[in-house]
Amino acid sequence: MEHHSTATVRQPLILGEKTYHQISEDISRPIEGKANNLFKVVFTISALLALWGVGCFAYTIGTGIGVWGLNKTVGWAWDITNFVWWVGIGHAGTLISAILLLFRQRWRMSINRSAEAMTIFAVICAALFPVMHMGRVWCAYWVLPLPNQFGSLWVNFNSPLLWDVFAISTYFTVSLVFWYTGLIPDFATVRDRQMKPRMRKIYNILSFGWSGSAKQWSRFEEVSLVLAGLSTPLVLSVHTIVSMDFATSVIPGWHTTIFPPYFVAGAIFSGFAMVLTLLIIMRKVLHLEDYITIQHIELMNKIIILTGSIVGVAYLTELFTSWYSGVEYEQYAFLNRATGPYWWSYWSMMTCNVITPQLFWFKKIRTSLIATFIISIFVNIGMWFERFVIIVTSLHRDYLPSSWTMFHPTFVDLGIFIGTIGIFFTCFLLFSRTFPVIALSELKTIMKSTSENPKQPHH
Amino acid sequence: MSNSKKYWKGIEELQATPEFVKLQQNEFAEDLPVDQFLGDERIVDSSTNRRDFLKFLGFSVTAASLAACETPVRKAIPYLNKPEEITPGVANYYASTYWDGNDYAGVLVKTREGRPIKVDGNELCSITKGGSHARVQASVLSLYDSARIKGAMLNNKDSDWKAVDAEVTSKLASIAAAGGAIRILTSSLISPSMKSAIAEFTTKYPTTQVVTYDSISYKGIADSNLASFGKSFIPTYNFDKADFIVGIGCDFLANWLSPVEHARQYAETRKLNKDEKKMSRHVQIESLLTVTGSNADKRIALKPSQLGLAVVNLYNKLTGSSLPSKSLDAKDAAIAELAKELNASKGKALVVCGSNDANIQQVVNAINTHLGSYGSTINKDVEDYTRQGNDAAVNALVAEMASGKVGAILINNVNPVYSLPNGAAFKDALSKVSLSVSFADRVDETAAACKIVAPDHHYLESWTDANPRKGHYALGQPTINPLFSTRQVLESILTWAGNTTNAHDYISKVWETTVYPSSTGFLSFNDFWFRSLHDGVMASAAPAAVIAENPTPEAPVSIKIMPITIASPEPTTTVYGDVSNAASAIVAKAGKASGIELVVYQKTGAGTGNQANNPWLQELPDPITKVTWDNYVLMNPEEMKEKGFNTLMGQEQMADVVEVKSGSATASLPVVAQPGLPKGVIAIALGYGRTAVGKTANGIGANASPFVSFDDGTFNYIASGVSVSESKDKYQIAATQTHHTMMGREIVKEATLAEYKKDSKAGNEDLLYATNLTTTKQEGKATAKELDLWAAYENKNHFWNMAIDLNACIGCGSCVISCTAENNVPVVGKDEVRRSREMHWMRIDRYYSSDMNEEVAEKDGVGAIDKFLKMEVPSSADTIEVVFQPIMCQHCNHAPCETVCPVLATTHSLEGLNQMTYNRCIGTRYCANNCPYKVRRFNWFRYNENVEFDFNMYDDLGKMVLNPDVTVRSRGVMEKCSMCIQRIQAGKLDAKKNSSRPKDGSIKTACQQACPTNAITFGDFNDQQSEVRKAWNNERKYQLLEEVGTQPSVFYLTKIRNKSANEA
Repeated sequence: MEHHSTATVRQPLILGEKTYHQISEDISRPIEGKANNLFKVVFTISALLALWGVGCFAYTIGTGIGVWGLNKTVGWAWDITNFVWWVGIGHAGTLISAILLLFRQRWRMSINRSAEAMTIFAVICAALFPVMHMGRVWCAYWVLPLPNQFGSLWVNFNSPLLWDVFAISTYFTVSLVFWYTGLIPDFATVRDRQMKPRMRKIYNILSFGWSGSAKQWSRFEEVSLVLAGLSTPLVLSVHTIVSMDFATSVIPGWHTTIFPPYFVAGAIFSGFAMVLTLLIIMRKVLHLEDYITIQHIELMNKIIILTGSIVGVAYLTELFTSWYSGVEYEQYAFLNRATGPYWWSYWSMMTCNVITPQLFWFKKIRTSLIATFIISIFVNIGMWFERFVIIVTSLHRDYLPSSWTMFHPTFVDLGIFIGTIGIFFTCFLLFSRTFPVIALSELKTIMKSTSENPKQPHH
Repeated sequence: MSNSKKYWKGIEELQATPEFVKLQQNEFAEDLPVDQFLGDERIVDSSTNRRDFLKFLGFSVTAASLAACETPVRKAIPYLNKPEEITPGVANYYASTYWDGNDYAGVLVKTREGRPIKVDGNELCSITKGGSHARVQASVLSLYDSARIKGAMLNNKDSDWKAVDAEVTSKLASIAAAGGAIRILTSSLISPSMKSAIAEFTTKYPTTQVVTYDSISYKGIADSNLASFGKSFIPTYNFDKADFIVGIGCDFLANWLSPVEHARQYAETRKLNKDEKKMSRHVQIESLLTVTGSNADKRIALKPSQLGLAVVNLYNKLTGSSLPSKSLDAKDAAIAELAKELNASKGKALVVCGSNDANIQQVVNAINTHLGSYGSTINKDVEDYTRQGNDAAVNALVAEMASGKVGAILINNVNPVYSLPNGAAFKDALSKVSLSVSFADRVDETAAACKIVAPDHHYLESWTDANPRKGHYALGQPTINPLFSTRQVLESILTWAGNTTNAHDYISKVWETTVYPSSTGFLSFNDFWFRSLHDGVMASAAPAAVIAENPTPEAPVSIKIMPITIASPEPTTTVYGDVSNAASAIVAKAGKASGIELVVYQKTGAGTGNQANNPWLQELPDPITKVTWDNYVLMNPEEMKEKGFNTLMGQEQMADVVEVKSGSATASLPVVAQPGLPKGVIAIALGYGRTAVGKTANGIGANASPFVSFDDGTFNYIASGVSVSESKDKYQIAATQTHHTMMGREIVKEATLAEYKKDSKAGNEDLLYATNLTTTKQEGKATAKELDLWAAYENKNHFWNMAIDLNACIGCGSCVISCTAENNVPVVGKDEVRRSREMHWMRIDRYYSSDMNEEVAEKDGVGAIDKFLKMEVPSSADTIEVVFQPIMCQHCNHAPCETVCPVLATTHSLEGLNQMTYNRCIGTRYCANNCPYKVRRFNWFRYNENVEFDFNMYDDLGKMVLNPDVTVRSRGVMEKCSMCIQRIQAGKLDAKKNSSRPKDGSIKTACQQACPTNAITFGDFNDQQSEVRKAWNNERKYQLLEEVGTQPSVFYLTKIRNKSANEA
């Protein structure tokens, strides 16, 4: 598939004088080695946060949604904010693995594995919220169109929430299968290197007994391509449907046709920011600097400039549309966002999402690890505020001023949010020490064409 | 021959083959296919032996029974002998009489399975005519108050009636023998039987005297009438006959004298229709912004001390006389203008004043005489008996008790330790009385200081009668067996008087001798009695109007009223026509006012505080401030800002606590902004600060009674020279509405009468929809209004609609309580209200006017940000206008909530209702978010049987009030107004039984039924003749937020104010 040639104008994607064996060595090292103290400390903190989150979830189920800060006017706040935020984060993984595969972007190979893992974990965190925000969680399965004994009860296919159910579950399934398919040959590599019989057996099971025959490789390639094809529309559809939760409503600030593209761009924007946050740490901790190079970082930063600018344009378009619409409710909703009691969240969003990514126009900044890391955190925060602004500031002052009120989060709101971050990092840390964090077999295919290894013949 | 006959079953038997003989010994010819249902062929090899089997059996049975224990088993025990009139599932209604010592109402009590669950107005009662106010509506819950005492008490210990009776009779006898004074301190007595019983009591104990005490005194009016007309009485008012109404410091729609009656009469003069475009004009002169002032066409804000001057000035301007007076500066012009208008409405005008100052009332009498109101809008002949309190006598009693001259005191239906300005002095004096008896239903502030508590029945457990005004007699009957070992006061008094007749027999005897003779058209007393009992009011073969004109003789029973020994302030000669003395006194008094002035007022929910332990009333938002669960210091918002107080409300907004001092009275309360209140005036509500009323209300707020002063022979509810000092404390106020203006939106549509006369659609102009739109579906062009994403519902059979006349709604909140009672709406408590989580299915939005609007912004070049900020600020005290808007589920025909529910828990009915299926709801709250009216309420917690919500749904007693026709909602589901679907269903079934369709008006929603002004109309839109259909065709009709396209089934009629040319 890959052309064994490297364009002279392009930087090599694999640095250092790597051999195939060296790659296997480098990538398998975290799996085979022992965890250091730093890992143990970080893992313990993550696990404790996750446990705290689980405790808050349990408290909510036991007592009632009233332990959150919601009220008669603001029926969704941090719950759905967190949901959209996490789903958005997941999008980068799918984009990298699917769309970039179809576009033959070889630089994706160093990052797709962990990006996809991030997708899986983010979607798990995201899916917790729509389930947990239900007043009667124990009836959550009623959203599935199951044959039932309740009579002729069926789900409401008009409801965007139901579309969400399908969108998220499809997304999660396809992402998981895609991710796992890619892992199969790599698990085999890990298996083959394992000396401990028990671990060997486990990785053998995980690799489905991969033997690396030509037929298997051929099928592997085909399945990957098919799954990439399946995932591609999902990148667009999932967040489009999430945005419809808002866009199809009648609430000023929600009822906006711009939402689908705006949400998708925002999702990719936030997803890449999260990928960067994770990879900048991971490449350092797992010594993967040769595989995740500054070039990778820079390329991702360029996507951030693009999507960040799209998001910025969307914000301005919203303002223009609300003014141009002549609808007083719409006009007030947006004026209230910027100047009302939640002005700080609006301006946090504007600063983090519109202004900071523009710094990446400077090459010095977009190739600086520290600057990238800081800006990626800013984008993560900004995108959380974006969802908060859309959800809470639209709801808290809608049509009838008699119902206007404020939303104040409780410790449970906070605990659940932090808890999902804990769950996410716990999963990711486990992943980093048990799974090959870079797609070994795929990376090896570009070894010849785009590495610094002088022994490899150059055309 | 026949014996040798052999019958055989088959040829095998006949032949008796050996195989057959062998098989014949088996019961079944073939082996049973045991394997097929035991399945496992190796079952024989199984190691499970008998013991194991028994173990398994034991385990399974235990497990199954444990699993069965999960759901508690509730036993519904059927009647062994079914009572004749009770059919489970069918409600019974009994007419009765509500009387709490202040307010009278004829009521209809709904009982289910022997439990009263709802109290509504009795349409046969000529005073309230089916209306009721919030406290009447809520009174059914007070029956099930767990703070009520369960039996008689002696020396603060539980006792029994025998012991109490023995103690009381022996002490009374010895006191009477020794010539010691016996006093009955009671609320106004309107019961002929009680009067008769007290007369019997007095005969037995001749030293008995009655002292009448009203918690809210109207003595000023009675005194003024003595001065003006030579007779101490309180007249009745006919607001419906007035074209011009002036209220002076008088909240006659919500709290004054007979508010339900006034509200109905008032609304009659305010309703408009196409043919008759006229309505009364109402000018209100007041300090505190009241419900009445909010409804006025013009409101003149004055300090409380200036109200008297306003009355005198008005008199001067009206009559051209020159009584001593003082200028009101800027307001003089308004008074002059008012006088001019009033003079033009002579004979059809009415001036009412809420002051308890006899001098002011005397000038008001003179004004009404000048205007010719007596005989038209004021009825001197039909006297009101509900306020007979004699403030001076009460004060004298305290002195008499303190001096140790009183041997025994019986306290009925009043709580002087709490409600008297000098309550503490009363309490001290009480300790000097050797026999003190309280009839309170709980150990309240007064009962705690009494030696004996002889608890009275709740009125729903009692036989009562009432004579609230001349010629009007009413009966009250028990609707439930007494819940506790209580005894009604009537029986206690009779018992102690040596009469063992029970209340029912006694009342019927009294009626036979006093009321029956004045009736006409009945064959026998029994006939009369049962008809009266059925109707709740004195039955009459003649129409009610005739009764009013031929009043029956006054109650023939006379009781000894305690003579007032202090100097009487009342002039001895009739001074009608000469009110100069009164005017000089008013001016002198006004001259004394200085500093900050204080108004002590009554709230719609709290009243005098006698039902303070009623959680429904505590959670009822005040009609004006929308604050629940508290009293507070009201202050002008601009003044608050000057003093650095927080004027905002909200979950995290802390109100500043201030210390209010006036003389020896102090109160520490949070300050709440009240637009419309002039600067330099504060107000505190009565009815709070209870210390011994029950868990719900103990310790809430502060008692304002000590701020009431006693001067010139009456209680005075205003004070001056009050000091307000800041404290460092902060307090969280729980309000259901924290944003107060309409923000320039067309939510309540308004017009002036003049505009409306010109154009029936004034203020309600059609929305501009885009026209000439082409659709794929239909031929030709359509307007945006005609285009729809959704198919329309057909509603072939019924189509339930509701119309709300904003001109009739006075914002009193009676409907909110009615809805709460009908639909088992939970009480959530102060903390949850503070978090904007009240559960009321309907609310009354209250908006203040703002000086900023689009036109002003354009004219003055105000930017958008500034414009909206200024729109949030209510107008100043002199220009403020208030509108009310009842909001419940609008039952949209294109409901935004219905499309978004993922599980179809909220759907559209075939009769146009938006219905909520609690069982199906999973609680995503998407519907509530998408509701433009924000009427959906979510069960954030379990509100029943949850110790965190220790209100009526927590204890077994309180749960008896629940309506069995309405589900008690579980945690995690959404709920909202159902348009009382259970009533619709019942009405349809009733009609079906008669093989007819429901008649228009036969089905009433709870809110509609409670409304004293009939602002709410409900009915079938498909019925062309229905009232609701007529309302739909009214040009004032509009749907709230029509532009959103929700097509609500609830619609409103615009508010019209009768403004004069220079006000508009």
